[in-house]
Amino acid sequence: MFKRSATTSAAVAALVAVASAGCGEVDEATGDGGGTTLTVFAAASLTETFTELGEAFEKANPGTDVRFGFAGSSTLAQQITQGAPADVFAAASPATMKTVADAGDAAGDPVVFTTNRLVIAVPKDNPGGVRSVGDLADGDLRVVVCAEQVPCGAAAGKALDAAGVTVEPASAEKDVKAVLTKVRLGEADAGLVYRTDVKAAGGDVTGIEFAESAEAVNDYPIVRVADAPQPGLAREFIDLVTGPQGEAVLGAAGFQAP
Amino acid sequence: MTARDTVPGRPPLALVLPAAAGLAFLVLPPAGLLVRAPWSTLGTRLVRPEVLDALRLSLVTATIATALCVLFGVPLAWTLARVRFPGARLVRALVTVPMVLPPVVGGVALLLAAGRRGFVGGPLESAFGITLPFTTAGVVLAQTFVAMPFLVISVEGALRGADPRFEEAAATLGASRWTAFRRVTLPLVAPGVAAGAVLCWARALGEFGATITFAGNFPGETQTMPLAVYLALETDPQAAIVLSLVMLAVSVAVLAALRNRWIGAS
Repeated sequence: MFKRSATTSAAVAALVAVASAGCGEVDEATGDGGGTTLTVFAAASLTETFTELGEAFEKANPGTDVRFGFAGSSTLAQQITQGAPADVFAAASPATMKTVADAGDAAGDPVVFTTNRLVIAVPKDNPGGVRSVGDLADGDLRVVVCAEQVPCGAAAGKALDAAGVTVEPASAEKDVKAVLTKVRLGEADAGLVYRTDVKAAGGDVTGIEFAESAEAVNDYPIVRVADAPQPGLAREFIDLVTGPQGEAVLGAAGFQAP
Repeated sequence: MTARDTVPGRPPLALVLPAAAGLAFLVLPPAGLLVRAPWSTLGTRLVRPEVLDALRLSLVTATIATALCVLFGVPLAWTLARVRFPGARLVRALVTVPMVLPPVVGGVALLLAAGRRGFVGGPLESAFGITLPFTTAGVVLAQTFVAMPFLVISVEGALRGADPRFEEAAATLGASRWTAFRRVTLPLVAPGVAAGAVLCWARALGEFGATITFAGNFPGETQTMPLAVYLALETDPQAAIVLSLVMLAVSVAVLAALRNRWIGAS
Protein backbone atom coordinates (compact mmCIF):
# COMPACT_ATOMS: atom_id res chain seq x y z
CA MET A 1 0.00 0.00 0.00
CA PHE A 2 2.98 2.29 0.20
CA LYS A 3 3.47 2.51 -3.55
CA ARG A 4 1.82 5.76 -4.33
CA SER A 5 1.86 6.94 -7.90
CA ALA A 6 4.64 9.31 -8.64
CA THR A 7 2.38 12.19 -9.50
CA THR A 8 1.40 12.58 -5.88
CA SER A 9 3.37 15.47 -4.63
CA ALA A 10 4.90 16.30 -1.31
CA ALA A 11 1.60 17.92 -0.39
CA VAL A 12 -0.19 14.62 -0.70
CA ALA A 13 2.57 12.80 1.16
CA ALA A 14 2.07 15.26 3.97
CA LEU A 15 -1.71 14.85 3.82
CA VAL A 16 -1.40 11.10 3.91
CA ALA A 17 1.07 11.32 6.75
CA VAL A 18 -1.37 13.42 8.74
CA ALA A 19 -4.26 11.17 7.85
CA SER A 20 -2.51 7.93 8.71
CA ALA A 21 -1.06 9.40 11.86
CA GLY A 22 -4.68 10.10 12.72
CA CYS A 23 -5.62 6.52 11.91
CA GLY A 24 -2.91 5.32 14.26
CA GLU A 25 -4.85 6.71 17.18
CA VAL A 26 -7.80 4.49 16.40
CA ASP A 27 -7.95 1.50 18.68
CA GLU A 28 -8.26 -1.62 16.64
CA ALA A 29 -10.08 -4.38 18.43
CA THR A 30 -7.18 -6.69 19.20
CA GLY A 31 -8.95 -8.52 21.98
CA ASP A 32 -7.14 -6.87 24.89
CA GLY A 33 -7.71 -3.25 24.01
CA GLY A 34 -4.03 -2.57 23.26
CA GLY A 35 -3.98 -1.92 19.54
CA THR A 36 -0.68 -0.11 19.04
CA THR A 37 0.73 -0.30 15.56
CA LEU A 38 4.41 -0.51 14.70
CA THR A 39 5.19 0.50 11.13
CA VAL A 40 8.26 -1.02 9.50
CA PHE A 41 9.51 0.03 6.07
CA ALA A 42 11.78 -2.67 4.69
CA ALA A 43 13.50 -3.49 1.40
CA ALA A 44 11.58 -5.83 -0.91
CA SER A 45 14.21 -8.54 -0.45
CA LEU A 46 13.33 -8.72 3.28
CA THR A 47 9.67 -9.54 2.62
CA GLU A 48 9.65 -13.16 3.82
CA THR A 49 12.10 -12.87 6.73
CA PHE A 50 10.62 -9.69 8.18
CA THR A 51 7.08 -11.00 7.86
CA GLU A 52 8.16 -14.00 9.94
CA LEU A 53 9.96 -11.81 12.49
CA GLY A 54 6.92 -9.54 12.63
CA GLU A 55 4.73 -12.46 13.60
CA ALA A 56 7.20 -13.42 16.32
CA PHE A 57 7.18 -9.81 17.53
CA GLU A 58 3.39 -9.73 17.69
CA LYS A 59 3.42 -12.98 19.72
CA ALA A 60 5.96 -11.55 22.16
CA ASN A 61 4.06 -8.26 22.47
CA PRO A 62 0.33 -9.05 22.65
CA GLY A 63 -1.82 -6.20 21.41
CA THR A 64 0.86 -4.91 19.07
CA ASP A 65 0.23 -4.88 15.37
CA VAL A 66 3.24 -4.82 13.03
CA ARG A 67 2.53 -3.16 9.69
CA PHE A 68 5.04 -3.58 6.88
CA GLY A 69 5.75 -1.51 3.83
CA PHE A 70 7.88 -3.58 1.46
CA ALA A 71 9.24 -1.85 -1.65
CA GLY A 72 12.46 -0.80 -3.33
CA SER A 73 14.73 0.80 -0.71
CA SER A 74 14.94 4.07 -2.62
CA THR A 75 11.17 4.40 -2.79
CA LEU A 76 10.92 3.84 0.94
CA ALA A 77 13.75 6.28 1.65
CA GLN A 78 11.90 8.89 -0.43
CA GLN A 79 8.68 8.29 1.46
CA ILE A 80 10.38 8.58 4.85
CA THR A 81 12.10 11.85 3.92
CA GLN A 82 8.68 13.10 2.75
CA GLY A 83 7.31 12.42 6.21
CA ALA A 84 5.70 8.99 5.94
CA PRO A 85 4.96 7.81 9.51
CA ALA A 86 7.36 4.87 9.80
CA ASP A 87 9.00 3.64 13.01
CA VAL A 88 11.75 1.45 11.58
CA PHE A 89 13.60 1.54 8.26
CA ALA A 90 15.58 -1.43 6.98
CA ALA A 91 17.36 -0.77 3.68
CA ALA A 92 19.17 -3.02 1.23
CA SER A 93 22.11 -0.65 0.91
CA PRO A 94 24.05 1.93 2.94
CA ALA A 95 23.47 4.44 0.10
CA THR A 96 19.69 4.46 0.48
CA MET A 97 20.09 4.59 4.27
CA LYS A 98 22.35 7.62 3.80
CA THR A 99 19.48 9.44 2.03
CA VAL A 100 17.40 9.08 5.17
CA ALA A 101 20.25 9.92 7.55
CA ASP A 102 21.23 13.01 5.54
CA ALA A 103 17.67 14.30 5.74
CA GLY A 104 17.87 14.00 9.53
CA ASP A 105 15.26 11.27 9.62
CA ALA A 106 17.40 8.59 11.31
CA ALA A 107 17.55 8.34 15.08
CA GLY A 108 21.11 7.33 15.97
CA ASP A 109 23.49 5.38 13.78
CA PRO A 110 22.20 2.69 11.43
CA VAL A 111 23.38 -0.86 12.24
CA VAL A 112 24.30 -3.36 9.53
CA PHE A 113 22.40 -6.48 10.54
CA THR A 114 22.90 -8.83 7.58
CA THR A 115 24.37 -9.15 4.08
CA ASN A 116 23.20 -10.59 0.80
CA ARG A 117 24.81 -11.65 -2.47
CA LEU A 118 23.60 -11.63 -6.03
CA VAL A 119 23.05 -14.80 -8.01
CA ILE A 120 21.81 -15.45 -11.52
CA ALA A 121 18.24 -16.71 -11.39
CA VAL A 122 16.94 -18.78 -14.30
CA PRO A 123 13.55 -20.44 -14.80
CA LYS A 124 13.41 -24.06 -13.66
CA ASP A 125 13.80 -25.43 -17.20
CA ASN A 126 16.56 -22.91 -18.01
CA PRO A 127 15.37 -22.19 -21.59
CA GLY A 128 18.36 -19.95 -22.26
CA GLY A 129 20.85 -22.64 -21.24
CA VAL A 130 22.62 -20.26 -18.86
CA ARG A 131 25.61 -21.82 -17.11
CA SER A 132 27.80 -18.91 -16.07
CA VAL A 133 27.87 -15.14 -15.81
CA GLY A 134 29.57 -14.93 -19.21
CA ASP A 135 26.47 -16.38 -20.88
CA LEU A 136 24.52 -13.23 -19.97
CA ALA A 137 26.32 -11.28 -22.68
CA ASP A 138 24.41 -13.26 -25.33
CA GLY A 139 22.23 -10.77 -27.22
CA ASP A 140 19.44 -13.27 -27.83
CA LEU A 141 19.01 -13.89 -24.13
CA ARG A 142 16.35 -11.92 -22.27
CA VAL A 143 18.08 -10.73 -19.15
CA VAL A 144 16.24 -8.67 -16.56
CA VAL A 145 17.95 -6.64 -13.84
CA CYS A 146 16.94 -4.04 -11.25
CA ALA A 147 16.94 -0.38 -12.22
CA GLU A 148 20.28 1.18 -11.28
CA GLN A 149 18.42 3.47 -8.85
CA VAL A 150 17.67 0.59 -6.49
CA PRO A 151 20.33 -1.30 -4.48
CA CYS A 152 20.03 -4.58 -6.38
CA GLY A 153 20.56 -2.67 -9.63
CA ALA A 154 23.63 -0.88 -8.33
CA ALA A 155 25.02 -4.21 -7.10
CA ALA A 156 24.24 -5.88 -10.43
CA GLY A 157 26.15 -3.18 -12.29
CA LYS A 158 29.15 -3.60 -9.99
CA ALA A 159 29.16 -7.39 -10.19
CA LEU A 160 28.85 -7.47 -13.98
CA ASP A 161 31.65 -4.91 -14.30
CA ALA A 162 33.81 -7.08 -12.07
CA ALA A 163 33.05 -10.05 -14.30
CA GLY A 164 33.79 -7.97 -17.40
CA VAL A 165 30.42 -8.86 -18.91
CA THR A 166 28.33 -6.37 -20.87
CA VAL A 167 24.62 -7.09 -20.65
CA GLU A 168 21.80 -5.55 -22.72
CA PRO A 169 18.91 -5.98 -20.31
CA ALA A 170 15.37 -6.36 -21.64
CA SER A 171 14.05 -4.47 -18.65
CA ALA A 172 15.28 -2.61 -15.57
CA GLU A 173 12.72 -3.39 -12.90
CA LYS A 174 11.67 -1.24 -9.96
CA ASP A 175 12.65 -3.74 -7.29
CA VAL A 176 14.22 -7.16 -6.91
CA LYS A 177 10.92 -8.97 -6.47
CA ALA A 178 9.77 -7.67 -9.85
CA VAL A 179 12.90 -9.22 -11.43
CA LEU A 180 12.21 -12.50 -9.65
CA THR A 181 8.61 -12.48 -10.90
CA LYS A 182 9.69 -12.03 -14.52
CA VAL A 183 12.06 -15.02 -14.19
CA ARG A 184 9.49 -17.07 -12.31
CA LEU A 185 6.91 -16.58 -15.05
CA GLY A 186 9.47 -17.50 -17.68
CA GLU A 187 9.23 -14.06 -19.31
CA ALA A 188 12.94 -13.57 -18.73
CA ASP A 189 15.63 -16.16 -19.45
CA ALA A 190 17.78 -14.88 -16.62
CA GLY A 191 17.71 -12.23 -13.92
CA LEU A 192 20.10 -10.95 -11.30
CA VAL A 193 18.52 -11.35 -7.88
CA TYR A 194 19.70 -12.05 -4.35
CA ARG A 195 20.48 -15.55 -3.10
CA THR A 196 17.60 -15.18 -0.68
CA ASP A 197 15.12 -14.47 -3.47
CA VAL A 198 16.01 -17.72 -5.21
CA LYS A 199 15.46 -19.54 -1.93
CA ALA A 200 12.16 -17.77 -1.38
CA ALA A 201 10.93 -18.80 -4.84
CA GLY A 202 11.15 -22.46 -3.83
CA GLY A 203 11.68 -24.72 -6.85
CA ASP A 204 10.40 -22.20 -9.42
CA VAL A 205 13.81 -20.79 -10.22
CA THR A 206 17.38 -22.05 -10.10
CA GLY A 207 20.18 -19.94 -8.72
CA ILE A 208 23.61 -19.88 -10.35
CA GLU A 209 26.34 -18.51 -8.09
CA PHE A 210 29.19 -16.52 -9.60
CA ALA A 211 32.42 -15.47 -7.90
CA GLU A 212 32.28 -11.82 -8.94
CA SER A 213 29.15 -11.24 -6.85
CA ALA A 214 31.55 -11.01 -3.91
CA GLU A 215 32.52 -7.61 -5.34
CA ALA A 216 29.01 -6.38 -4.73
CA VAL A 217 27.96 -7.74 -1.37
CA ASN A 218 24.98 -5.80 -0.09
CA ASP A 219 25.00 -4.59 3.50
CA TYR A 220 21.58 -4.17 5.07
CA PRO A 221 21.40 -1.35 7.61
CA ILE A 222 18.49 -0.86 9.99
CA VAL A 223 17.59 2.26 11.96
CA ARG A 224 14.86 3.79 14.10
CA VAL A 225 13.20 6.66 12.27
CA ALA A 226 13.45 10.05 13.97
CA ASP A 227 9.99 11.13 15.21
CA ALA A 228 8.90 7.48 15.17
CA PRO A 229 5.34 7.30 16.50
CA GLN A 230 6.36 4.22 18.55
CA PRO A 231 10.03 4.71 19.55
CA GLY A 232 9.97 2.07 22.30
CA LEU A 233 8.54 -0.65 20.08
CA ALA A 234 10.90 0.39 17.29
CA ARG A 235 13.91 -0.25 19.56
CA GLU A 236 12.51 -3.63 20.58
CA PHE A 237 11.93 -4.64 16.98
CA ILE A 238 15.49 -3.66 16.00
CA ASP A 239 16.79 -5.68 18.98
CA LEU A 240 14.83 -8.68 17.70
CA VAL A 241 16.24 -8.32 14.17
CA THR A 242 19.85 -7.87 15.34
CA GLY A 243 19.53 -10.54 18.04
CA PRO A 244 19.88 -14.34 17.82
CA GLN A 245 16.30 -14.87 16.64
CA GLY A 246 16.76 -12.44 13.78
CA GLU A 247 20.06 -14.05 12.84
CA ALA A 248 18.44 -17.49 12.81
CA VAL A 249 15.55 -16.44 10.57
CA LEU A 250 17.79 -14.46 8.22
CA GLY A 251 20.35 -17.27 8.07
CA ALA A 252 17.69 -19.84 7.21
CA ALA A 253 16.61 -17.63 4.32
CA GLY A 254 20.11 -17.48 2.83
CA PHE A 255 21.34 -14.19 4.25
CA GLN A 256 24.85 -14.06 5.66
CA ALA A 257 25.97 -12.51 8.93
CA PRO A 258 27.75 -9.17 8.50
CA MET B 1 -25.26 26.45 -15.54
CA THR B 2 -27.94 28.91 -16.53
CA ALA B 3 -29.83 31.40 -14.39
CA ARG B 4 -32.63 28.84 -14.22
CA ASP B 5 -30.43 26.35 -12.33
CA THR B 6 -29.22 28.69 -9.61
CA VAL B 7 -30.92 28.80 -6.23
CA PRO B 8 -31.87 32.26 -4.95
CA GLY B 9 -30.66 33.42 -1.55
CA ARG B 10 -27.45 32.72 0.36
CA PRO B 11 -26.04 29.21 -0.07
CA PRO B 12 -26.07 27.30 3.25
CA LEU B 13 -22.70 27.04 5.03
CA ALA B 14 -23.32 23.34 5.58
CA LEU B 15 -22.79 22.91 1.85
CA VAL B 16 -20.29 25.66 1.12
CA LEU B 17 -17.71 24.57 3.73
CA PRO B 18 -17.35 20.91 2.62
CA ALA B 19 -17.39 22.15 -0.97
CA ALA B 20 -14.44 24.41 -0.22
CA ALA B 21 -12.63 21.59 1.59
CA GLY B 22 -13.25 19.26 -1.33
CA LEU B 23 -11.96 21.82 -3.80
CA ALA B 24 -8.85 22.45 -1.69
CA PHE B 25 -8.18 18.72 -1.56
CA LEU B 26 -8.31 18.49 -5.34
CA VAL B 27 -6.36 21.68 -6.08
CA LEU B 28 -3.61 21.57 -3.45
CA PRO B 29 -1.59 18.58 -4.72
CA PRO B 30 -1.12 19.98 -8.25
CA ALA B 31 -0.39 23.34 -6.66
CA GLY B 32 2.30 21.61 -4.60
CA LEU B 33 3.94 20.56 -7.86
CA LEU B 34 4.00 24.15 -9.05
CA VAL B 35 5.32 25.47 -5.74
CA ARG B 36 8.20 22.99 -5.56
CA ALA B 37 9.09 23.10 -9.24
CA PRO B 38 12.75 23.94 -9.99
CA TRP B 39 11.81 26.75 -12.37
CA SER B 40 15.37 27.96 -12.84
CA THR B 41 16.61 24.65 -14.21
CA LEU B 42 13.35 23.67 -15.87
CA GLY B 43 14.54 24.33 -19.42
CA THR B 44 17.76 22.33 -19.15
CA ARG B 45 16.01 19.44 -17.41
CA LEU B 46 13.27 19.21 -20.02
CA VAL B 47 15.61 18.71 -22.94
CA ARG B 48 17.56 15.86 -21.37
CA PRO B 49 17.61 12.90 -23.74
CA GLU B 50 16.06 10.53 -21.21
CA VAL B 51 13.17 12.94 -20.61
CA LEU B 52 12.59 13.47 -24.32
CA ASP B 53 12.82 9.71 -24.89
CA ALA B 54 10.17 9.01 -22.28
CA LEU B 55 7.94 11.82 -23.51
CA ARG B 56 8.23 10.75 -27.13
CA LEU B 57 7.55 7.13 -26.24
CA SER B 58 4.54 8.15 -24.14
CA LEU B 59 3.02 10.32 -26.87
CA VAL B 60 3.61 7.73 -29.60
CA THR B 61 2.32 4.73 -27.64
CA ALA B 62 -0.72 6.58 -26.27
CA THR B 63 -1.61 7.74 -29.79
CA ILE B 64 -1.25 4.27 -31.31
CA ALA B 65 -3.24 2.81 -28.42
CA THR B 66 -5.98 5.39 -29.01
CA ALA B 67 -6.06 4.56 -32.73
CA LEU B 68 -6.47 0.86 -31.87
CA CYS B 69 -9.20 1.73 -29.37
CA VAL B 70 -11.11 3.67 -32.04
CA LEU B 71 -10.57 0.97 -34.66
CA PHE B 72 -11.96 -1.81 -32.50
CA GLY B 73 -13.96 0.14 -29.93
CA VAL B 74 -16.34 1.98 -32.26
CA PRO B 75 -17.60 -1.22 -33.94
CA LEU B 76 -17.89 -2.82 -30.52
CA ALA B 77 -19.89 0.13 -29.19
CA TRP B 78 -22.13 0.06 -32.28
CA THR B 79 -22.78 -3.66 -31.80
CA LEU B 80 -23.67 -3.13 -28.14
CA ALA B 81 -25.97 -0.23 -28.95
CA ARG B 82 -27.66 -1.43 -32.14
CA VAL B 83 -27.62 -5.21 -32.24
CA ARG B 84 -29.83 -7.37 -30.04
CA PHE B 85 -28.13 -10.60 -29.17
CA PRO B 86 -28.34 -13.01 -26.25
CA GLY B 87 -25.85 -12.22 -23.49
CA ALA B 88 -25.50 -8.57 -24.51
CA ARG B 89 -25.61 -7.47 -20.88
CA LEU B 90 -22.84 -9.89 -19.98
CA VAL B 91 -20.73 -8.64 -22.89
CA ARG B 92 -21.25 -5.05 -21.78
CA ALA B 93 -20.12 -5.97 -18.27
CA LEU B 94 -17.05 -7.77 -19.63
CA VAL B 95 -16.12 -4.75 -21.73
CA THR B 96 -16.01 -2.51 -18.67
CA VAL B 97 -13.94 -4.93 -16.54
CA PRO B 98 -10.53 -3.43 -17.49
CA MET B 99 -11.88 -0.05 -16.38
CA VAL B 100 -12.52 -1.18 -12.82
CA LEU B 101 -9.64 -3.64 -12.60
CA PRO B 102 -6.58 -2.32 -10.76
CA PRO B 103 -4.01 -1.65 -13.52
CA VAL B 104 -1.45 -3.95 -11.89
CA VAL B 105 -3.97 -6.77 -12.03
CA GLY B 106 -4.47 -5.93 -15.69
CA GLY B 107 -0.72 -6.27 -16.16
CA VAL B 108 -0.68 -9.65 -14.45
CA ALA B 109 -3.62 -10.80 -16.58
CA LEU B 110 -1.83 -9.64 -19.73
CA LEU B 111 1.34 -11.49 -18.67
CA LEU B 112 -0.56 -14.70 -18.12
CA ALA B 113 -2.37 -14.39 -21.45
CA ALA B 114 0.13 -12.73 -23.77
CA GLY B 115 3.38 -13.57 -21.96
CA ARG B 116 5.84 -16.08 -23.33
CA ARG B 117 4.09 -18.88 -21.52
CA GLY B 118 0.60 -17.47 -21.91
CA PHE B 119 -2.10 -19.27 -23.90
CA VAL B 120 -1.92 -16.54 -26.55
CA GLY B 121 1.68 -15.40 -26.17
CA GLY B 122 3.15 -18.90 -26.24
CA PRO B 123 1.72 -19.86 -29.66
CA LEU B 124 2.51 -16.35 -30.95
CA GLU B 125 6.16 -16.83 -30.10
CA SER B 126 6.51 -20.37 -31.39
CA ALA B 127 4.57 -19.69 -34.61
CA PHE B 128 5.69 -16.18 -35.56
CA GLY B 129 8.55 -15.39 -33.18
CA ILE B 130 6.54 -12.45 -31.83
CA THR B 131 7.08 -11.65 -28.16
CA LEU B 132 5.19 -8.84 -26.49
CA PRO B 133 6.55 -8.38 -22.95
CA PHE B 134 9.51 -5.96 -22.72
CA THR B 135 8.67 -4.39 -26.09
CA THR B 136 7.09 -1.14 -27.19
CA ALA B 137 4.24 -3.22 -28.63
CA GLY B 138 3.68 -4.54 -25.11
CA VAL B 139 3.33 -0.97 -23.85
CA VAL B 140 0.70 -0.25 -26.51
CA LEU B 141 -1.11 -3.46 -25.63
CA ALA B 142 -1.23 -2.57 -21.92
CA GLN B 143 -2.49 0.94 -22.68
CA THR B 144 -5.12 -0.29 -25.14
CA PHE B 145 -6.35 -2.81 -22.60
CA VAL B 146 -6.98 -0.22 -19.89
CA ALA B 147 -8.20 2.58 -22.18
CA MET B 148 -10.59 0.88 -24.61
CA PRO B 149 -13.56 0.67 -22.18
CA PHE B 150 -13.58 4.47 -21.91
CA LEU B 151 -14.06 4.76 -25.65
CA VAL B 152 -16.68 2.02 -25.90
CA ILE B 153 -18.78 3.48 -23.10
CA SER B 154 -18.62 7.01 -24.43
CA VAL B 155 -19.45 6.01 -28.02
CA GLU B 156 -22.21 3.66 -26.90
CA GLY B 157 -23.75 6.49 -24.90
CA ALA B 158 -23.61 8.76 -27.94
CA LEU B 159 -25.23 6.06 -30.11
CA ARG B 160 -28.06 5.54 -27.64
CA GLY B 161 -28.62 9.29 -27.60
CA ALA B 162 -28.64 9.49 -31.42
CA ASP B 163 -31.98 9.14 -33.14
CA PRO B 164 -32.09 5.77 -34.97
CA ARG B 165 -34.71 7.15 -37.38
CA PHE B 166 -31.99 8.85 -39.39
CA GLU B 167 -30.42 5.46 -40.03
CA GLU B 168 -33.83 4.00 -40.85
CA ALA B 169 -34.51 6.82 -43.28
CA ALA B 170 -31.16 6.16 -44.94
CA ALA B 171 -32.08 2.48 -45.21
CA THR B 172 -35.44 3.26 -46.86
CA LEU B 173 -33.56 5.38 -49.39
CA GLY B 174 -31.56 2.31 -50.35
CA ALA B 175 -28.41 2.67 -48.27
CA SER B 176 -26.88 -0.54 -47.02
CA ARG B 177 -26.32 -0.82 -43.26
CA TRP B 178 -22.61 -0.21 -43.78
CA THR B 179 -23.24 2.91 -45.87
CA ALA B 180 -25.78 4.16 -43.33
CA PHE B 181 -23.26 3.65 -40.56
CA ARG B 182 -20.52 5.41 -42.48
CA ARG B 183 -22.53 8.32 -43.92
CA VAL B 184 -25.20 8.89 -41.25
CA THR B 185 -24.43 7.30 -37.88
CA LEU B 186 -20.74 8.08 -37.64
CA PRO B 187 -21.12 11.82 -38.35
CA LEU B 188 -23.98 11.91 -35.83
CA VAL B 189 -21.87 10.47 -33.03
CA ALA B 190 -18.56 12.04 -34.08
CA PRO B 191 -18.43 14.32 -31.02
CA GLY B 192 -18.92 11.29 -28.79
CA VAL B 193 -16.14 9.43 -30.60
CA ALA B 194 -13.83 12.41 -30.25
CA ALA B 195 -14.57 12.85 -26.56
CA GLY B 196 -14.07 9.13 -25.99
CA ALA B 197 -10.80 9.20 -27.92
CA VAL B 198 -9.47 12.08 -25.81
CA LEU B 199 -10.40 10.28 -22.58
CA CYS B 200 -8.84 7.15 -23.97
CA TRP B 201 -5.63 8.97 -24.88
CA ALA B 202 -5.37 10.54 -21.44
CA ARG B 203 -5.89 7.20 -19.74
CA ALA B 204 -3.28 5.56 -21.96
CA LEU B 205 -0.83 8.38 -21.33
CA GLY B 206 -1.15 8.00 -17.57
CA GLU B 207 -0.93 4.21 -17.59
CA PHE B 208 1.60 2.91 -15.02
CA GLY B 209 0.65 -0.32 -13.32
CA ALA B 210 -0.16 -2.53 -16.28
CA THR B 211 2.79 -1.15 -18.23
CA ILE B 212 5.50 -1.78 -15.63
CA THR B 213 4.05 -5.22 -14.90
CA PHE B 214 3.65 -6.37 -18.47
CA ALA B 215 6.18 -4.39 -20.51
CA GLY B 216 8.83 -3.76 -17.86
CA ASN B 217 11.00 -0.68 -17.79
CA PHE B 218 13.67 0.09 -20.33
CA PRO B 219 14.59 3.61 -21.42
CA GLY B 220 13.58 4.37 -25.00
CA GLU B 221 11.81 1.04 -25.36
CA THR B 222 9.20 0.68 -22.62
CA GLN B 223 9.93 3.52 -20.19
CA THR B 224 6.93 5.83 -20.55
CA MET B 225 6.56 9.10 -18.64
CA PRO B 226 4.81 7.66 -15.58
CA LEU B 227 7.56 5.02 -15.24
CA ALA B 228 10.22 7.69 -15.65
CA VAL B 229 8.54 9.77 -12.93
CA TYR B 230 8.44 6.81 -10.58
CA LEU B 231 12.11 5.96 -11.04
CA ALA B 232 13.27 9.57 -11.06
CA LEU B 233 11.68 9.96 -7.65
CA GLU B 234 14.13 7.34 -6.36
CA THR B 235 17.25 9.33 -7.10
CA ASP B 236 16.37 12.81 -8.31
CA PRO B 237 13.13 14.20 -6.89
CA GLN B 238 13.65 17.47 -8.79
CA ALA B 239 13.64 15.59 -12.08
CA ALA B 240 10.51 13.76 -10.97
CA ILE B 241 8.78 17.08 -10.30
CA VAL B 242 9.74 18.34 -13.75
CA LEU B 243 8.40 15.18 -15.39
CA SER B 244 5.24 15.46 -13.31
CA LEU B 245 4.79 19.05 -14.46
CA VAL B 246 4.93 17.91 -18.07
CA MET B 247 2.23 15.35 -17.35
CA LEU B 248 0.19 18.00 -15.53
CA ALA B 249 0.44 20.35 -18.51
CA VAL B 250 -0.65 17.58 -20.86
CA SER B 251 -3.60 16.69 -18.61
CA VAL B 252 -4.76 20.30 -18.48
CA ALA B 253 -4.49 20.57 -22.26
CA VAL B 254 -6.59 17.40 -22.63
CA LEU B 255 -9.17 18.80 -20.24
CA ALA B 256 -9.36 22.02 -22.23
CA ALA B 257 -9.80 20.05 -25.46
CA LEU B 258 -12.57 18.00 -23.86
CA ARG B 259 -14.44 21.06 -22.62
CA ASN B 260 -14.55 22.53 -26.08
CA ARG B 261 -15.76 19.18 -27.35
CA TRP B 262 -18.57 19.04 -24.84
CA ILE B 263 -19.60 22.59 -25.50
CA GLY B 264 -19.45 21.88 -29.22
CA ALA B 265 -21.43 18.67 -28.77
CA SER B 266 -24.27 20.16 -26.72
